[in-house]
Amino acid sequence: MKALALHLALIGALLAVQVVLPPYHYTNVARVMVLAVYAMGYNIAFGYTGLLSLGHALFFAAGMYATGLAVHSAPALLALPLGMLAGAAMALAVGLLALRTAGVAFMIVTLMFAQAGYLTILYYGPVTGGDEGFVLAREARMLAGLDLSADGPRYLTALAIFGVALLANLALVRSGFGRVMVAMRENEERSRMLGYDPFRTKLIALTLSGLYSGTAGAAYALMFGYVGASFAAIQYSILPLLWVLLGGAGTVLGPFFGALLMFYLIDLSSSVTDASNLVVGVALLVLVLFAPKGILGTIRERGARWLP
Amino acid sequence: MAAVLALTAVGLSLVFGVMRVVNVAHGEFFMLGAVAAWFVTSWMPGPPWLGFVATLLLAPLAVAAVAALADRLVLKRLNYDPEATIVATIGLLYILQQAALSLYGPDARPVPAPFELRLQLPWFGYSGYKLFVVAAAGLVLLAVWLIMTRSRIGLVMRATQIDRPTAQAFGIDVDRVYAGVFAMGAGLAAIAAVLIVPIQQAHYLMGGDPLLLSFIVVIIGGLGSLRGTLVAALLIGLSDGVISVFYAPTLAKILATLFVALVLVFRPQGLFGAKA
Amino acid sequence: MILEARGLTRHFGGLRAIHAVDFDLTQGEIHALIGPNGAGKTTFVGLLSGRIPVEAGTIRFAGDDITRLPAHRRVRLGIAYTFQITSIYPRLSVHDNLALAVQQRGAADLGRETLAALERVGLAGRAAQEAGTLAYGHQRLLEIAMGLALSPRLLILDEPTQGLANAEIDAFKALVRSVVPETTVLLIEHNMDVVMDLADRITVLNAGEVLASGPPAQIRANEAVQTAYLGG
Repeated sequence: MKALALHLALIGALLAVQVVLPPYHYTNVARVMVLAVYAMGYNIAFGYTGLLSLGHALFFAAGMYATGLAVHSAPALLALPLGMLAGAAMALAVGLLALRTAGVAFMIVTLMFAQAGYLTILYYGPVTGGDEGFVLAREARMLAGLDLSADGPRYLTALAIFGVALLANLALVRSGFGRVMVAMRENEERSRMLGYDPFRTKLIALTLSGLYSGTAGAAYALMFGYVGASFAAIQYSILPLLWVLLGGAGTVLGPFFGALLMFYLIDLSSSVTDASNLVVGVALLVLVLFAPKGILGTIRERGARWLP
Repeated sequence: MAAVLALTAVGLSLVFGVMRVVNVAHGEFFMLGAVAAWFVTSWMPGPPWLGFVATLLLAPLAVAAVAALADRLVLKRLNYDPEATIVATIGLLYILQQAALSLYGPDARPVPAPFELRLQLPWFGYSGYKLFVVAAAGLVLLAVWLIMTRSRIGLVMRATQIDRPTAQAFGIDVDRVYAGVFAMGAGLAAIAAVLIVPIQQAHYLMGGDPLLLSFIVVIIGGLGSLRGTLVAALLIGLSDGVISVFYAPTLAKILATLFVALVLVFRPQGLFGAKA
Repeated sequence: MILEARGLTRHFGGLRAIHAVDFDLTQGEIHALIGPNGAGKTTFVGLLSGRIPVEAGTIRFAGDDITRLPAHRRVRLGIAYTFQITSIYPRLSVHDNLALAVQQRGAADLGRETLAALERVGLAGRAAQEAGTLAYGHQRLLEIAMGLALSPRLLILDEPTQGLANAEIDAFKALVRSVVPETTVLLIEHNMDVVMDLADRITVLNAGEVLASGPPAQIRANEAVQTAYLGG
């Protein structure tokens, strides 16, 4: 109950601040909310199920390109779910192969698949726009009458998607299946001998993770009107890992706070220096070395054990 | 340049083989070597060959020092946990790349070759320097092979690889071995880079391709099998066919990447490796 | 017969870990598996539970051929296994550990049934505790409780009393007696007092083959067993 109230409070707070936010932050927070959905998806695989993937950009990009390409000829209301499904389907396909491996091999295999996906986008330049990507026309970004190129509708749409994703995530990790996901992370052999199929559990978790990633990619394309190959590059596989590590792996709220903090950290640092990658690199090192549980993970350890 | 990239791959495989660490920053050590080569040759007075010799000594040492430092400050504290070290070396990758960008700049810069010589064979001309590179890389590989199989240092490394606690019990300073191996792996990448800068130019983003190729070699050779990697590195290094695949257009890269992923899924012991 | 194994074989390299073993379990019995170290006991129950693939031979469980079924499917058919080296979820609460087992067999009211399973082994007072912080004896008990919570038809216990104090062993014996005859119990055990006290039948493995099988009195009297194992 306490947990549900807390999550609803966050959604409420995000609804409330939109009236006070200056336009610059208005767009940024909308962006963070969409990226947080991506991070939540990453967290389902990494934080809860223990699958450390280095290839999630593939799922994000699958959603982004599916929606971005479909919206040329179909209404956004149809293109959005198409992108969501594309993310899930891509994750399912990758999972069928990659989940035969574990640990370091799983990391490298996912990295390789994502790299192949990135190169594929470059290869089919005439369709995908190659390196430069393509811009979505304003008319294409009308979602059921909402103009997503305008600040207000964009913020509310982002909040709606984020809110649904957050509550679904909460429900998932408190469900029986959520408990089995954690069980796989904690002790795979024991879980097998309790009758749970490790491969099936991980495949479902990865597919859900892909669904979230695809949703974020699809929403990003519609809201910010740009589809580009850089979103499929390794960088975009590393970023959700960073957000989740920062916010706290295996916590529902961690991905949002990680994405928010990191976004503004890079934003602030880029006004001082152009070394944004340095911030990413240092943050990764510091987190791995000194705070492997992240912000919310540490809070949970220090007393708030009810935190989901 | 096949031989050179094989050198890089051996460095990566050495680190994985002995330490079980997948060093994602390996390509950046390669890049650092190239950048260091540019600095040394541009500051060094005298004829190009003198600068080149100096570079060949100084650049690998400098890079190895950076690597040893990274091992002490970061990897050791993580207890060499495989997954945590990958995340850490990703962080390292960003830091090194950014450092190179800030200190060296975004331009690609050429380094003069130590000598100009063209061999004119009946059907094609060949740069004498390229032949020198192949020979030099071959020599270094041979040296690594001899060190690993014949010398006491190699014995210590292999003992540490097989059984860390026992090696420790026999009085081997595992920390020093690890730092040494990590430095040596990075140093090999740097040597490779020094050899190649007169042909390619030094650029802060140049680490990506050698990293990918090293991954391919290490995986095909069998994860963690040092012998397999050396064999695979030599085989792949010497077979122009595979390398031309690598430098061919994007499609070839896609296929190569997928191929490596599938090898890892279906034959994790590598194509040449023995049974697990 | 709840379980029938015929000609079970498994070699590791040149080593004959288990060779052409025939083995039957009668519904509701407590069956002990004994033998010297390295006789292949753990390998043998590994074959039954599906943790180790069968090389040759067949296993039938409650009439169905399960020889090729993966371990988790066998668990769902009712074969539960507790590890020789305690295997629980050390970072989850005791309650969550057991809930994972209760949830697997299907529960209308997960909370209440988990609590009941906790009470059965006397761990209800520690439900919120992190399982890894339990005393060793309690961790073993938790593992057995997880096996029992699956409501298995066959419960395989691999050296369950190892490292337990005498009082804990008595409690364990009472617990095992309380689950038969609904559940058949197969038990690997070194403590001969426990074996003689609990078992209806005993099978002796030696060097991967069945040396003898029968009721405790008969095994005790068997000369071959005495020379090979009981120290003759």
